[in-house]
Amino acid sequence: MQEVAVQPSAAPQPQRKRGKNSSELKKRLWRNKWLYVMVTPGILYFIIFKYLPMYGLIISFQDYKPYQGISGSDWVGMEHFNRLFTEPDFLNILMNTLILFGLNIVIYFPIPIILALMLNELRGTFFKRFFQTLVYLPHFMSWVIVVSISFVMVTMDGGIINELLVFFGFEKVNFLLNPSWFRPMYIIQVIWREAGWGTIIYLASIAAIDPGLYEAARMDGAGRLKQIWHITLPSIRGVIITLFILKIGSVLDLGFEHVYLLLNSMNREVAEIIDTYVYTAGLRQGQFSYSTAIGFFKSIIGLIMVMSVNKLSKKMGEEGVY
Amino acid sequence: MVEDKSIGGRVFAAINFTLLALIALITVLPFMHVVAGSFTTSAEMAANKFVLIPKVWSLDAYKFIFSTNTIFKAMGVSIGVTAIGTVFSMFVTSLMAYGLSRRDLDGRTLINFLVVFTMLFHGGMIPTFLVVKELGLIDSYASLILPSAISAFNMIILKNFFQNIPEGLEESAKIDGCTDFGILFRIVLPLSLPAIATISLFYAVTYWNTYMSAILYLDDSAKWPIQVLLRQIVVLASGMDYSSTLDAAVPPPDQTIKMAVIVVATIPILLVYPFLQKHFAKGAMLGSMKG
Repeated sequence: MQEVAVQPSAAPQPQRKRGKNSSELKKRLWRNKWLYVMVTPGILYFIIFKYLPMYGLIISFQDYKPYQGISGSDWVGMEHFNRLFTEPDFLNILMNTLILFGLNIVIYFPIPIILALMLNELRGTFFKRFFQTLVYLPHFMSWVIVVSISFVMVTMDGGIINELLVFFGFEKVNFLLNPSWFRPMYIIQVIWREAGWGTIIYLASIAAIDPGLYEAARMDGAGRLKQIWHITLPSIRGVIITLFILKIGSVLDLGFEHVYLLLNSMNREVAEIIDTYVYTAGLRQGQFSYSTAIGFFKSIIGLIMVMSVNKLSKKMGEEGVY
Repeated sequence: MVEDKSIGGRVFAAINFTLLALIALITVLPFMHVVAGSFTTSAEMAANKFVLIPKVWSLDAYKFIFSTNTIFKAMGVSIGVTAIGTVFSMFVTSLMAYGLSRRDLDGRTLINFLVVFTMLFHGGMIPTFLVVKELGLIDSYASLILPSAISAFNMIILKNFFQNIPEGLEESAKIDGCTDFGILFRIVLPLSLPAIATISLFYAVTYWNTYMSAILYLDDSAKWPIQVLLRQIVVLASGMDYSSTLDAAVPPPDQTIKMAVIVVATIPILLVYPFLQKHFAKGAMLGSMKG
């Protein structure tokens, strides 16, 4: 098995001589015809399943009727967007979305960093490997499995958590239906599933730090914590910022599946987010145009967020994502 | 890392180890509880709620869930979608990744940009649904595969991996009269086995875990993959609202049965995981995002 090292993307190699005239280009195209054959299925995929839906966004300016299609439906301009901003429902959903996003940023985001630092301090490859293997595992469970495991643990009739509460003399809690428990459950599940996997990138960049730096710090009498603070953290700052930008970009993209699985008639007021609302309004109630407008709004915000955070980080002298 | 033999260093290491051991426990305990619960009787489960190792071993729960065809059917769908989907995804992903890894491909930068852009912006659920519908894929197994056939992220990782293969190898093969397909299948792919294995397993896990595509595109409950069925069974009995019922006439399943279904839905992942993890422990996964 060959060792796979983490390599920074190779420096751009000197381009092969580019032909200046069209006959050179034609020759090159012909020579590489099989390469074009290779990329064609992939390009088709992206056009059909990624770019056609983007084109489909124009139905948010229409009163789209499925049997009339995009060409036959009436244009209504910004009507759906106006409705969006005047609907009291929507404000509530936007708030719910932003609150979950906030939990992701404030509570979840630092955890993989701390966990990676802890794993890195472990002596002995065996334990390091062992713990890594364990904490990566939940990431490979689907949200259905994670939520199902939670369900059997917190259910009122015989769930282990409620039995523990009773054992210690507390009242049973209806975790699944009680709205005030939705957000804690959501973020605990996110942490349980993703925190371990999130350490991978940090561990790789910690592994790439020059050991000489630690030597020097030890000479100067820095203890473990000081070494972490003055060497490890500054060295992985770039990676942290990059991942933070990507996280911000997913501002309103919390993942439909997870929240949808936790959503029920009792906790709707806190658990309905943009994604689940799009599903309900669009596919359950057939309001195609309106729900597309909501999704469009969400995607635009996400794009703007990525671009602005990226710009900001470049201004601060860090690398951006692109 | 050089051993730090001071008192402070040792205390630090001990505290760190203890905390990590706790975290590892929190990670595995829920799962142990579920596995143990699935192998015990309902009576034992009711009497002793804190099962971590079954006192009374029993296969009742498994006998019950396999007493109808429902689970077998769903498993069959999931296995089929996972097998076909993974092969198909790997085929188109590696072809595209190799094409884009070649620096003499005109238009490479543009295609790259188009791929990366889809990671930042997408049409969203409804327009995608309408495209799938227009293609006549609703209620077909293909709807679980085609719309997510290529993950831009996986493609970029693979492309970066291919780019790190020394160009000289490809050059000399070309001089020997090897075609581009020949180079890919005889030189590039054999040299990239760790990456190929890892990405394949990523795809496999994603297909196995397919849930959203199924609830969006499948109306027919006979075509449900295991994940959708799992949710039905667990939700059915936890007092949540549900929209459809199982075709097996069952009383609300008790804890042990739900746990058994969770185990069944998770087993394949646990089987492939050991093969998966030895690769990404080496950092095979870290193609940088900068395509």
